[in-house]
Amino acid sequence: MSLVPSTTAPDVFDESALVAKARAGDAQAFTELVNRYERKIYRLAKHITQNDEDAEDVLQEAFLKAYEHLDSFHGNSKFYTWIVRIAVNEALMKLRKRRGDRTVPLDEPVDTGEEMVAREIAVWEDNPEQRYSREEIQQILDRAIESLKPDFRTVFILRDIEEMSTEETAETLGISVPAVKSRLLRARLALREKLTRQFKRKGEDAFAYL
Amino acid sequence: MLTCKQFLQELNDYLDPNTDPDMKRRLEAHVTECPNCFVIVDTTKKTLEIYKGVEPQTIPEDVKTRLWRALERKMAARKCAQG
Repeated sequence: MSLVPSTTAPDVFDESALVAKARAGDAQAFTELVNRYERKIYRLAKHITQNDEDAEDVLQEAFLKAYEHLDSFHGNSKFYTWIVRIAVNEALMKLRKRRGDRTVPLDEPVDTGEEMVAREIAVWEDNPEQRYSREEIQQILDRAIESLKPDFRTVFILRDIEEMSTEETAETLGISVPAVKSRLLRARLALREKLTRQFKRKGEDAFAYL
Repeated sequence: MLTCKQFLQELNDYLDPNTDPDMKRRLEAHVTECPNCFVIVDTTKKTLEIYKGVEPQTIPEDVKTRLWRALERKMAARKCAQG
């Protein structure tokens, strides 16, 4: 087996070699895997828990557990998918604990009941990403996610941000495929609604597409 | 033709490239006739694009430091155990 030096640019190509080295006890190789994914895992943890302290715990626990259980990673999924699953489980445990503590604020989803709604129907201004600073966009997107119920936002994060498949998401969350699909649809519609309020074209030309 | 409500319920299928072509045609027929649903599709696509396009931010320095300290402790402990 040819090992690709760890100094090459991070890509999927050299990942299996890196994971193999890490499994053989190479601390440097594991360090590189952490470097590669720590930001994404931290974002995931923050999105799900909506709490800085919990997100930090999830970040640490996920990588410590991964290190501890590297032997049980058989390489039939990507390392990233594996670490995401560990992190999601940790984050959900934190969330349940907080729910038990009743410190999670009650959510007010855009839609009520089972019905899908789209109240805000307007075209967006052109390239909103260029009209706001990176920080502003980040804040707008984070706030919209924060306003979703945990069940909906977790599915959205896994499917649309982490780009897991419907089946992987169902398996990770221990819910059915139809449940993933229906939560994803409601999450997408709710986020669309919120972002439209922010990014809709102002003034008379709002319906210029007609 | 599908109603708007029916269309909304199938919106995920409409956005999914692997959807059955027959269903896709029925959904497409609705979108070309209904300006409201056209806007909903367009803004939903943009919503997904904007979320996918944002790179994760850097982790706060203190959070990072504590992560590495915890990992170093774990790695040192394994080294000790292996003697």
